Amino acid sequence: MTKPKTLSFGEGGRGQLLFLTIGLAVLAIANILWGSLDIPVREVWHIVCGGEVEGHPAWSIIVRQGRLPQMLTALLTGAALGTCGLLLQTAFRNPLAGPSILGIDAGANLGVAIVLLFLGGTATIGSLTIGGHLLVVVAAMCGALAIMSLLMILSKVLRSQVMLLITGVIISYVTSSIIQLLNYSATEQGVHSFVIWGMGNFASVGIERLPVFCALSCIGLLLALLLVKPLDALLLGDRYAENLGIRIGRMRQLLLLVTGLLTATTTAFCGPISFIGLAVPHLARLTLGTAWHRTLLPATMLIGANLALVCNLLSTLPRDGSIIPISVITPLIGAPVILHVILRQSDR
Amino acid sequence: MIELQHLTVGYGDRVVLSDINQTLRAGQMVCLLGANGVGKSTLLRTLAGFLPPLSGQVLLQGSDLLTLSLSERSRAVSVVLTERVEVPYMKVEDLVGMGRSPYTGFFGTLSKKDQAIIGEAMEMVGITCLAGRTIDTLSDGERQKALLAKALAQQTPIILLDEPTAFLDFHAKASTLRLMLQLAHETNKTILLSTHDVGMALRLSDALWIVQDGQISTGTTATLTENGALQNFLHGEEVFL
Repeated sequence: MTKPKTLSFGEGGRGQLLFLTIGLAVLAIANILWGSLDIPVREVWHIVCGGEVEGHPAWSIIVRQGRLPQMLTALLTGAALGTCGLLLQTAFRNPLAGPSILGIDAGANLGVAIVLLFLGGTATIGSLTIGGHLLVVVAAMCGALAIMSLLMILSKVLRSQVMLLITGVIISYVTSSIIQLLNYSATEQGVHSFVIWGMGNFASVGIERLPVFCALSCIGLLLALLLVKPLDALLLGDRYAENLGIRIGRMRQLLLLVTGLLTATTTAFCGPISFIGLAVPHLARLTLGTAWHRTLLPATMLIGANLALVCNLLSTLPRDGSIIPISVITPLIGAPVILHVILRQSDR
Repeated sequence: MIELQHLTVGYGDRVVLSDINQTLRAGQMVCLLGANGVGKSTLLRTLAGFLPPLSGQVLLQGSDLLTLSLSERSRAVSVVLTERVEVPYMKVEDLVGMGRSPYTGFFGTLSKKDQAIIGEAMEMVGITCLAGRTIDTLSDGERQKALLAKALAQQTPIILLDEPTAFLDFHAKASTLRLMLQLAHETNKTILLSTHDVGMALRLSDALWIVQDGQISTGTTATLTENGALQNFLHGEEVFL
């Protein structure tokens, strides 16, 4: 007689997910309370609840227009980048795949660079003129999708996982060369805004752009959650997945769209942020010990969000009002995780 | 049941096997024999629907393979392929559970019934004790059994296996083939598998399909010996007895 009770089927992990959710709430609150400027906890709470602090009008601006949107941006960016990494690792069946290592955010970079350096921040298509952040997002999206499509085509030819990663690195080099070249023909203002953007910053979204950023990231995250079943099947490879009833072609297009949207959104708004996309899915697997996407994906989102909030707190560590760029902190956290994965692979 | 009517298989302009007319009945386990590159995998890929036939028809349980939707196909044929399945943290029960995909809902959650079917599939193959092990810790033989259990959990009347005995040691080869033969007889499934282990295939199968010179000769070991097809094949190269 069979004993289904002994089987778990990835239904476990509820405890870990709960723990991560609590952690997220704590970190979110800490991100609002903590900043370069010391504001008493009671006053922060008062401001969050809609009040004003007499004699300190700047405090409410800092909390409402600085810390609050910054916290939300970090939270969503972490979740988005982690999700991107997980989707890419499954799609390419490669544990070292991620938006930065495959050159996808380099593609988004190039799109942004063309807009900021070459077009001076506005573009006219027919009678339609797009400017500002919307154009940056569209450009980042075009760049990310172009690289993703190229990789999807190449992955059919390149049998080895390492070759695909090397191709990603080469793509990054080529795009950075093109960006350097663009720098020569750009205005000083353009170069300046590109350099600032390139440092990676959760504060760059701000209260006025927050709704667009939230909407785009949430759409991407929601779409990803709808793909958990075909993602599971893809783990076994294209043929097995097809035999299980998955439309491979359509699935690849959807993955292209979701990862493109998420990478482009985070890159366009916050600049290139490396290692989170690569490391977070592994942290999720380590925490849950499962391969099922229906628990792995929510865990990846939660861990990504937690990690980004930690990075955001760390970035405000200097008490002199200066900020450590996010792109300086993430490799320090991400690299050890990647090393662990590589060592684990070579053990086999 | 699988019926091949004037079936020609190949890739684009390259014809690999032409005008095949064969029938494989339910409850039969048939071994597909032939040298490397002769077209065994191409034929299996075509039967699984991965590759369109160049001409002719494949009838699965009486319906044309090409008219079946992807979801209908996933409930008609299951496969065990040569490609290695390596997924970190995936347990044996998870792998077998994948076989339930064609039946589960939007998020792929397994019902009590699905879980019972997975349990039965693992028991049939004799890997219940491995349920909680991750697949990267399995031996080649155990992994092959887990994939077979996945195919069983898929509950299809037809199972196609591409060289399931490759890389297995002598005992594992024999037990895998014996298991398949038993499954075909006990569960009335149609099982077609390709193999290079001619000696074992002769003893442990209901019939043989010998692929040679673009044609397929079929029959039991006795009939193929009588009409000389087996001797003809054994004189060829790349045969491992």
